[in-house]
Amino acid sequence: MRLKKKSGAGFAEGDMTPMIDMTFQLIAFFMVLVNFTEAEQNERIRLPSSELAKPPDAPFEAPLTLQVTSTGTVIFGGQDIPVSGLKMTLLREAQLLKATPDRSVADATIIIRADQTTKTGIVQEVIQACQETGFERFALRAKQQERST
Amino acid sequence: MKVRNTSRHADENVELQMTPMIDIVFQLLIFFIMTFKIVSPEGDFNIRMPLAAPSEGIPDPMQLPPIKVRMVANADGSLRGVQMGTRTLSKANPFDDLHIQIREIVGDDTGPGSIAESTEVELDCDYNLDFEYVIAAITAVSGYVADDGMSVIKLVEKIKFSPPKVPK
Repeated sequence: MRLKKKSGAGFAEGDMTPMIDMTFQLIAFFMVLVNFTEAEQNERIRLPSSELAKPPDAPFEAPLTLQVTSTGTVIFGGQDIPVSGLKMTLLREAQLLKATPDRSVADATIIIRADQTTKTGIVQEVIQACQETGFERFALRAKQQERST
Repeated sequence: MKVRNTSRHADENVELQMTPMIDIVFQLLIFFIMTFKIVSPEGDFNIRMPLAAPSEGIPDPMQLPPIKVRMVANADGSLRGVQMGTRTLSKANPFDDLHIQIREIVGDDTGPGSIAESTEVELDCDYNLDFEYVIAAITAVSGYVADDGMSVIKLVEKIKFSPPKVPK
């Protein structure tokens, strides 16, 4: 029978290599997944889910994100705006778009991130306000997920 | 002038200092773990809705009238029932039923010039209906995931809303 040659007197040097390997793996994993892009998302909004909502292949031209909360206010550019006051803000945006060369209001996309418990009428009023300012393209945003129930 | 004298010690074994490296590595690891946030992927339903111009003239006679989907809400915003045209859809799974109906009308005929392209669906919702049902209806109408579980087969892409019913 072979006996352990090493006596316990020596300084036990742990092998660092596997640990560092694993740690680098973890770092690489989290680095890849970390998302610094300040995507216009708001914690207050729980999007409705749909299995067909595939992320777009190409980014929209001149997107404007309107987030509609369940209480019926619209968050745009970090500000809470009531639906009645939305038209003023949109008019300003439309003016800006008109002033920019090779951009037009009709090409801009309004991304609507509405909470799942928002009243449909409010979303429709938001769309109407956009239409009256000249916007035509809309994207209703949803979570890509099988619908529960 | 200083001469590099490393060549003399070249064969000496250099002890690599592990402690600072591991310190930094753990710092990085903790930083990335802290900033990590699971975000479920989001997608969009594209709808093109210009403001209906009254001077558009006579509508195209070949254009079929839109399929009306009426969604009635309870007082708390939940769904009471769905009607497609004149028929009431099943109470248990109205959106599955709607999907089957739409598929029957459109068939699997998709692509340019097909029935799917010329069909239009008009959603007529109560004012206080929860928005999630609208998305469910749009999902049921606009397509389905193919059997392979990856590609999406599109049905009706033209979707419009009836004017909102503002409560008095």
